[in-house]
Amino acid sequence: MKRVVVAAALASLATAPLWVGGTYYVNIASQILIAAIFALGINVLVGYAGLVTLGHAGLFGIAAYAGARLMNHGHGHVVVAAGALAVTLVGAAVFAALALRGEGLGFVMITVALGQIVWGVAYRWISITNGDNGISVSGRPSPLGLSLASAANFYWATFVVFLAAVASMAIFVASPFGASVRGTRDQPRRMNALGYHVWMIRFLAFLFSGFWSGVAGLLYIYYNQFVGPQVVALTASAEALLMVISGGAATLLGPIAGAMLVVIVKNVASAYIERWNFVLGAIFVAIVVFMPEGLVPGTVRRWRGAMAALRPRAAPAAPAPGGGGR
Amino acid sequence: MDMSLTLVLAVNSLTLGGLLFLLSAGFSLIFGLMKIPNLTHGSFFMLGGYVAASLIGWGVDFWSAALLSGLLVAAFGGIVERLILRRLAGAELAQVLVTLGLSFMVADVCLTVWTGDPIRIDTPSALRGATSVLGVAFPAYRLAIGVIAVLFAAALWALLDQTRLGAMIRAGVDDPAMARVVGIRVSRLFTLVFCLGAWLAGFAGVIGGPILSVYPGLDQEMLPLALVVVILGGSGSLLGSLVGSFIVGFLYNFGQALFPELAYVVLFLPMLVVLVLRPQGLFGRQAG
Repeated sequence: MKRVVVAAALASLATAPLWVGGTYYVNIASQILIAAIFALGINVLVGYAGLVTLGHAGLFGIAAYAGARLMNHGHGHVVVAAGALAVTLVGAAVFAALALRGEGLGFVMITVALGQIVWGVAYRWISITNGDNGISVSGRPSPLGLSLASAANFYWATFVVFLAAVASMAIFVASPFGASVRGTRDQPRRMNALGYHVWMIRFLAFLFSGFWSGVAGLLYIYYNQFVGPQVVALTASAEALLMVISGGAATLLGPIAGAMLVVIVKNVASAYIERWNFVLGAIFVAIVVFMPEGLVPGTVRRWRGAMAALRPRAAPAAPAPGGGGR
Repeated sequence: MDMSLTLVLAVNSLTLGGLLFLLSAGFSLIFGLMKIPNLTHGSFFMLGGYVAASLIGWGVDFWSAALLSGLLVAAFGGIVERLILRRLAGAELAQVLVTLGLSFMVADVCLTVWTGDPIRIDTPSALRGATSVLGVAFPAYRLAIGVIAVLFAAALWALLDQTRLGAMIRAGVDDPAMARVVGIRVSRLFTLVFCLGAWLAGFAGVIGGPILSVYPGLDQEMLPLALVVVILGGSGSLLGSLVGSFIVGFLYNFGQALFPELAYVVLFLPMLVVLVLRPQGLFGRQAG
């Protein structure tokens, strides 16, 4: 059952440009995939490591800005991609080294402050980031000689990267490293007593998370061909966190569903309502208050509850889904 | 840098430091007592400024508007605490998200009501002139803000250190469970402290109005400053907030004069140093 659903979802995603109709929708689909890659990266920290970050737009932005600068220096796309990701990883290492000095809420506050530093650089350090005017680039890469200029081609290229991200997450979750990351989330003291280097595990999880945030940022600059300070604003970090939380942290599908929800609501809402931020805030509050475990786990729970209620009385009640969430 | 410019910058730093103290003292108390990183705190500041601008527009005088606007913001804070944060007691992540969500909603409502144009609040007439100190003329209002901040610091210190209520709050910060056991109604203290923090932030937004103006985005600009002050000074420590505020005030103004492009980054450097050398903050206590 689950495999059929996943295969159907993959098939419909892979063929999306053929059936969504119109460049506008293909572009929204690309935006969803980029957002989903970003959300998957954040989920490593927020979901599996239990470290809530509100500064990841900073890492996303570092990759986008670095990519834009390298492109405008006339470097080839291999250099651009490698360079931007390397810079992002260095940024992630600095973020991690500082943020991991704090515990719990301290961690959150430090990530907010770090994100704001990047924003300050993007907004004020005009000689590097061109301030409020942002940086424009022209041209998308042509891997293996395939032009990504058209919306559909760009979507497919993003889809390949997206698959790689999902696969890396699946491998990560199943790996001993993934298990030790979850261990540091649930029982940091016991992990320490068992001889695990809790700090190092969290640090590596941060780098892994930063890597995919950087990939998303790089795809963003290719997609949008422009980057400005609003990309690294606190709102952007919050939006990405909303994707993870709304879909369901510490699940593989949750962040993807959340990215879909946020990007679609954002595009639909901004067509009808001028005040997208109000809607974002309201969704935030509603989800936290009414469905704290996220949409995917929450819906699964309600679905199972409804199915159990529909079955004949004699059948035993469905077992509660074992200890999901955090 | 010549002497008079240095003096002007120093006075500006004291002004900003004073405003930051009013903002961050409440933030720090709320964080210390309730363990809530109140990300709506910047919104309280901005909301205070906007409400007062309207009140003054309707003919209320500056100081009454400042007090009243603070009270309205405090009432709003109380409602938020009672209706939403209370339900999420103990769920820290949920509280972070809810306060963040609320800050977006407040920002958007403010944008709708007061439009996107900056609104300048007029300096109260009594403080419009300049005062001469050491032969250099300073705007009297800026000096007044420094004085107000020091007065508030003294009052808050007296409240926390000398009164029964203050002893109860300190007990709640140190050990909420034990405070409950000895009969202190900690949940009532929570509401009280949250309202007090909101009032201080709203009031700061009003008296900051003549200098900073009120404009969309002010909330997101002030919030990180409050975060830096609290990380620097240590959460729950009044003295930490005071010292941290003035450090940030000085760094911001001198940074802006010396490295205009990097002023915002310079601001965060001492925070990074403190984090590396003394993670609990200058005046914070080691987490138990």
